[in-house]
Amino acid sequence: MQDEQLKIGGRVFTSRLFTGTGKFAAKNWIPRMLAASGSEMITVALRRIDSGGSNENILDFIPKNVVLLPNTSGARTAEEAVRIARIAREAGCGNFIKIEVITDMKYLMPDNYETLRATEILAREGFIVLPYVLPDLTLAKKLEDAGAAAIMPLGAPIGTNRGLETKSLIAMLIENCQVPVVVDAGIGRPSHAAEAMEMGADAVLVNTAIATAEDPAMMGRAFSLAVEAGRLAYLARMGQESVTAQASSPLTGFLN
Amino acid sequence: MSVYSEIERYNGFDFQTFFDRVTPAQVEAALIKEKLSEKDFLALLSPAAAGYLEAMARKAHNLTRQYFGRTIQLFIPLYISNFCANECVYCGFHRANNISRKKLSLAEIEDEAKAIAATGMRHLLLLTGEAPGVTPMDYLEDAVRLLKKYFASVSIEIMPLDEGDYHRLRMAGVDGLTLYQETYDQGRYALVHKAGRKTDYRYRLEAPERGARAGFRMVNIGPLLGLGEVRSEVFFCGLHAKYLDDTFLQTEIALSLPRMNPAEGNYQPEFSADDQAFVQFMTALRCFLPRAGITVSTRESAAFRDNLIRLGATRFSAGSCTGVGGYGKRQETGTPQFEITDERSVEEVVRAIRDAGYQPVYKDWDAI
Repeated sequence: MQDEQLKIGGRVFTSRLFTGTGKFAAKNWIPRMLAASGSEMITVALRRIDSGGSNENILDFIPKNVVLLPNTSGARTAEEAVRIARIAREAGCGNFIKIEVITDMKYLMPDNYETLRATEILAREGFIVLPYVLPDLTLAKKLEDAGAAAIMPLGAPIGTNRGLETKSLIAMLIENCQVPVVVDAGIGRPSHAAEAMEMGADAVLVNTAIATAEDPAMMGRAFSLAVEAGRLAYLARMGQESVTAQASSPLTGFLN
Repeated sequence: MSVYSEIERYNGFDFQTFFDRVTPAQVEAALIKEKLSEKDFLALLSPAAAGYLEAMARKAHNLTRQYFGRTIQLFIPLYISNFCANECVYCGFHRANNISRKKLSLAEIEDEAKAIAATGMRHLLLLTGEAPGVTPMDYLEDAVRLLKKYFASVSIEIMPLDEGDYHRLRMAGVDGLTLYQETYDQGRYALVHKAGRKTDYRYRLEAPERGARAGFRMVNIGPLLGLGEVRSEVFFCGLHAKYLDDTFLQTEIALSLPRMNPAEGNYQPEFSADDQAFVQFMTALRCFLPRAGITVSTRESAAFRDNLIRLGATRFSAGSCTGVGGYGKRQETGTPQFEITDERSVEEVVRAIRDAGYQPVYKDWDAI
């Protein structure tokens, strides 16, 4: 079966694994991880970009063929997110923007209301907006109406590696959203990524689990394989799960 | 409701007896928990936990790697005045000490800022003694506005203020507040703070939450180890951090465990924490507060700091000078507040962090 292409903001993505730039032991792991995983989109916090000085600039470690997804980490309000997005665009980071508005530094839960407001403004300004949200179908439909290019629901709180704790809520988004659904945050193992893809997620974004591995490049490859396996399983239409065992040679087969 | 009532809950609690009765089984039970209770935290601070240092270190390492990655955030302190109206018996800036007093002019602050910025440092911690007459709010605001031209982040470590004054400084560009309670033991506090506004234990204790209310994005607290019985001091510091973390969801909480160094005035601390104890305390704090920042200053030696990179530390000062003036070449250095031990340059600290397999982070903030 031929897979349809994943398109976001007019760009076609062959890899359905998106990655991040935080938490690496050294920035030179980033290009190695990208090469090993085949990831074609990577997110970077604008507040971490240190340009103009003599210090290393993280952007120099991202190959040109990889789409840069600046994020608004640090923003506490829609207005701050909007300002960060504009600065990112002016700094030459392109049109893509991941909106991340977090006012809770304990669980790092996104503020869905501020995120919607920022999406409305930035989509009007021509940004390709990928909002990071708590999975809420009503909100997701409003984000679509506002012009979001994809919806990025969290699987579990950022950095927790706990997997798809919000699974049934994400399932509603996958079933009802017209734009791609990218599961972001909480994916701690390749098997979690595979699970999200089996459900029909269009892509996953993984940072902590890759960046904090002993070998981020190898872990990047592991995630890439898991994402591909999960996607294939989704396309191949997995069999129904059942609470009771289903024998391959049924006992009542003789009746037929 | 303030952190004071949290501290009060332990009025009359016999720490000594509790610590002495902790069993290895209680330590082991605490170590396998994801969420530690206050009693679990106490168990990890007890003498019984000293036999579990490696297990505590591994847990601290894994938690820190998960939440912070392999990164160390860098900052540099800048002292702009050593005038002080307090009598803290352990401090070099103590008002009765006959030292050369100095307050930097704005032009001198700018010289310092240029010299520091040339090292690549992007996060700055601004410090003064407590002398509101010499360093009034207007002066502090001007200093902050000036420094914001050179640095992505400016934090303050100055006398405690009212919420309104904290808010003024936030509007001027300050995003972080560092304030050490010195000792959580009210009796000991009164003994070592003999005069000045700092004699008010509670005003200081509640300052971090006033700062959080005023909107600072980060608040860093800690005890000065040496003034009070160390295990209970670390416990109260953890309790304080937990209270702030639970109460102010918008604020990042960080803590430090500064150990007393010789300062002018020759105060001999009655209590101490050796390296083993320090590691036990720091890793216990990490287990109790997995997401809290842990700051380690140049009070600690180079070799010791390098080892702490893998044990839960997340923020390092580097290239520090604790006298007033001293980064720019033209100024003379006033008497330091305390002697630093790690005297390496920014470049050398950065190299050590890289050698440990960690990424030195110069900048992770923009005021938007």
